[in-house]
Amino acid sequence: MSEKKAYELKTDVCVIGAGHAGCEAALACARLGLETVIFTMNVESIAMMPCNPHIGGSSKGHLVREIDALGGEMGKNIDKTFIQSKMLNVSKGPAVHSLRTQADKAAYSREMRKVLESQEHLTIRQAEVTEILTGTDDQEGRPCVTGVRIHTGTVYCCRAVIICTGTYLNARCLVGESITETGPSGMQRSTYLTDSLNGLGIPLRRFKTGTPARMDGRSLDYSKMQIQEGDREVIPFSYSTDPRDVQIEQVPCYLTYTNEETHEIIRENIDRSPIYAGIIEGTGPRYCPSIEDKVVKFAEKTRHQVFIEPEGRDTNEVYVDGMSSSMPDDVQWRMYRTVPGLENCVIVKNAYAIEYDCINANLLRLTLETRAVDGLFCAGQFNGSSGYEEAAAQGLIAGINAAMKILGKEPLILHRSEAYIGVLIDDLVTKNNREPYRMMTSRAEYRLLLRQDNADLRLRRYGYRVGLITQEQYDHVCEKERLINEEICRLKSIRIGAARENQEYLKSVGSAELSTAATLAALLCRPELDYEKLAGLDPDRPDLPKEVTSQVEISIKYEGYIERQQKQVEQFEKLENKKIPPNINYDDVGSLRLEARQKLKEFLPISIGQASRLSGVTPADISVLLIYLEKNRV
Amino acid sequence: MNAQDTIAAIATGASDAGIGIIRISGEHAFEAASKLFRTPGGRSDISNFAPNTIHFGYILENGEVIDEVLLTVMKAPHSYTTEDTVEINTHGGVYVMNRVLELVLRCGVRLAEPGEFTKRAFLGGRIDLSRAEAVMDLISSQSEFARKTAVAQLEGAISARVRALREKILYEIAFIESALDDPENFSLDGYPEKLKATCEALLAEMNELILASRRGQTLKRGIRTVIAGKPNAGKSSLLNRLVGRERAIVTEIAGTTRDLLEETARIGNVQLCITDTAGIHETSDRIEQIGIDRAVRALHEAELVLFVADSSEELTEEDRLVVRKIAQTAEGRSEADRIRCIAIRNKSDLGEKVSEQDMIRLFESEGLKAEHISCSMTTGEGLDSLESTISELFRLGEILERNEVFLANARQTQAMCEAAEAVSLTLESIDQGLSEDFYSIDLMNAYRSLGTIIGEAVEDDLVEEIFSNFCLGK
Repeated sequence: MSEKKAYELKTDVCVIGAGHAGCEAALACARLGLETVIFTMNVESIAMMPCNPHIGGSSKGHLVREIDALGGEMGKNIDKTFIQSKMLNVSKGPAVHSLRTQADKAAYSREMRKVLESQEHLTIRQAEVTEILTGTDDQEGRPCVTGVRIHTGTVYCCRAVIICTGTYLNARCLVGESITETGPSGMQRSTYLTDSLNGLGIPLRRFKTGTPARMDGRSLDYSKMQIQEGDREVIPFSYSTDPRDVQIEQVPCYLTYTNEETHEIIRENIDRSPIYAGIIEGTGPRYCPSIEDKVVKFAEKTRHQVFIEPEGRDTNEVYVDGMSSSMPDDVQWRMYRTVPGLENCVIVKNAYAIEYDCINANLLRLTLETRAVDGLFCAGQFNGSSGYEEAAAQGLIAGINAAMKILGKEPLILHRSEAYIGVLIDDLVTKNNREPYRMMTSRAEYRLLLRQDNADLRLRRYGYRVGLITQEQYDHVCEKERLINEEICRLKSIRIGAARENQEYLKSVGSAELSTAATLAALLCRPELDYEKLAGLDPDRPDLPKEVTSQVEISIKYEGYIERQQKQVEQFEKLENKKIPPNINYDDVGSLRLEARQKLKEFLPISIGQASRLSGVTPADISVLLIYLEKNRV
Repeated sequence: MNAQDTIAAIATGASDAGIGIIRISGEHAFEAASKLFRTPGGRSDISNFAPNTIHFGYILENGEVIDEVLLTVMKAPHSYTTEDTVEINTHGGVYVMNRVLELVLRCGVRLAEPGEFTKRAFLGGRIDLSRAEAVMDLISSQSEFARKTAVAQLEGAISARVRALREKILYEIAFIESALDDPENFSLDGYPEKLKATCEALLAEMNELILASRRGQTLKRGIRTVIAGKPNAGKSSLLNRLVGRERAIVTEIAGTTRDLLEETARIGNVQLCITDTAGIHETSDRIEQIGIDRAVRALHEAELVLFVADSSEELTEEDRLVVRKIAQTAEGRSEADRIRCIAIRNKSDLGEKVSEQDMIRLFESEGLKAEHISCSMTTGEGLDSLESTISELFRLGEILERNEVFLANARQTQAMCEAAEAVSLTLESIDQGLSEDFYSIDLMNAYRSLGTIIGEAVEDDLVEEIFSNFCLGK
């Protein structure tokens, strides 16, 4: 370090990166009253969407709802800036309904920047953070964060740092043989932080992802594609958005397909793909395969879907969803032009693969704080996830927990049984992930309880506890819960007799006649009936808002399944609630197998439940651990 | 691993003592036992029984008496485990004991892990540290042992079959999940019908495995053998000869053996699990009648019947009655369950008034086939030929070489039952017209249950399967 004392500024929290994770993290800290500085390589790239133009989708829509229920910003921001909205899987059960919107990328970024700029206690700073500064904790002698240094040498002293570098750290972009050392979409990459973290004993690893080409929409022939419209009635993401405000004019997407000719061009040139040529060292995601991956791995498929999606209202640029690639430029031109409607396409931005440094989230606590350094938090793609929604969710939780730590309050750890966010973070921190992690409904064991329609009922109280949800918002959800329970009781207690007029009514709504008296709840269980249709049998029903009656309907219709999952959750929670003290010495626990001992020492699980999910820890080890804990209980 | 489940196990060693205790411990112990137990007065409200009391009654399955038992009720915290505990004293022998345990396990109770009662005793503060630590060693050694034996048992056809079942189920879940994840790329049109056929096939195979396993477990314990005959034909003497011990009370008074006695005997390579029954005859003695009813029931479950006749006297109506009972219980059995008979003309030392032809005629008139031998239980003469006939019968492979695969124990069978139950629920959901996402919830439970049979956790199988089989686009 230089002899001269660096120029020093003081703040509470430093957030490195202003992508989707960074924005949520910084807003959470500032809203909880902490002085917060958010660093970005370029102010123009705040909340940038460098890959696809959607927010939400299967299971990701759940994350956005949960972020909103906890007091995050993503849902509100997309409600202001979407250009198409669709509820997916509406013909399926309520657990897998999922909202997906097309975003106006520029508007999304601009609106989020406005939110940051108008947030009290929050400062935006364009700078590359080059070093995490640490000291030693007074009480325990552990390393702890003291601040960050930026490229100019200036030091920001702080009590917590949240790293949200996304795909920028030591990034390189590949288009066939052409490699550029840049972040996404040609943005300047960051480089110094890797060394700084390594110096703190935190190793990094390398992941890869990719994105398809952007084209000039004027060059496409949409008459050869199928039009894809949004829903007629749009449901907003945010609980605070007035549904009337989102009934806007929407922009369509288009569907077309690859064909054997496309696949042939790819097969002929496969040795020029940097992945197949072995140039890319990072691990890529399987759920978002490049078109060359699809052609190689699913050789039997003769075509793949391609969605043409607008990048915004005020741009010609369109996104070619389903054809991400890292093929050389000439191959890209030829393969894209084989697709119906894309024969004369003009590429604005090439498809490319991007490699970047990230952390193995196994090094983190469930609070998203590193185990190596106190006060150092990580979130988003830097943690080995992928997707804007996954990033935002982690950003929010890291922000909340950094704030809770500084404020001396209890951290927020959501269980797998409470939220997709809980599943996301538990998976990242506890499991062995070898590729960028994407949320999927199949990862959630208790998804029937974790619906997108009840995120507020599940999570508002946590948002309220940490201070991001107002008393009024919280009271609203409590009242909603009361009305739901009351109405369920009422429907279960009112019996409908087999009188003629009732039978007639049932017939008129296409349902079977009653053989004996039944409760309204029992009738509601009939697949062909819903709450609205029961109105004719239920003249004295209270006037309830749709958000209440739809919850009532789901609770009653799927009661059997919900009860079964609730029972499973009860069992699950018992182990989650058996805490393992942080100062446990696993060497003192006799009878533990060596492998289990090593895993437990490495991961330091907070509960028996988390411990039981570590690979290499067997049920016998858990028994031993349980007995040890009981024995040492004071 | 659910520390607070209600658990059950046979608390006494599974010996041939014929008497054993099944212990149920945990929050739902009373509730579970109430489903199975009735006092003669018809009471089953076990939670209302006074603590530390013992009750006489019956274990029932579908209204039918499985065993007469003594039931001990202990209320938390005054029990070994400090939890609500019920102990069922069975005395119907090893087979009945296992049967009762199986019934208990179907009432929402899971089989206790090795040492788990003791673990709970410790967690409840009932026993001290030194004892708990001894148990801790036991737990790790036993689970290691259990693991090894499980692996050994499974290194064969059964694990292959369970794996095949799991693979089929996982494929379906992965397909459903892919379609839910990427609805614009995968269509589920017509899928429920297809899944229904798959589930029906799965269920049939699982049920077949469950049945085979029940049989297989018995085979391992011994072939269910019943000694039958009219009173005082020499049934108990035969049992004692086979077992080589004086066990049944043998007198010359007909009807001495009122209870069922169960014994294990090894004949050549074959293990027999022998029930000596009270003589089957018309009686007005109520207690004797209970014994006779049981004898008939034992016949229903028998795989081998040793029919004993007194050849020093002419065959009587009573002999015919017994053979008829055997014939009745043999009726309607599947080939796999076929009953094998050996007709023994006893008391050969007292002069043969019954010829082999007489016996053949007796059996044929009831539509039964049998092997025939003559011997004397008193002198032991002819017993060699009994042994060789049994050995031959079973070496010929009617049972032993049936080549069936079976699950090794009650825990595995229970897991298979749970899996079958989950598949049935899937079929129910299909019939009710629920959407596909519900199917995968039940199928996942089936997949998990099957996993516990072969000791495989779920981990990230599903995600792997989705990625390897289905091309997710968006």
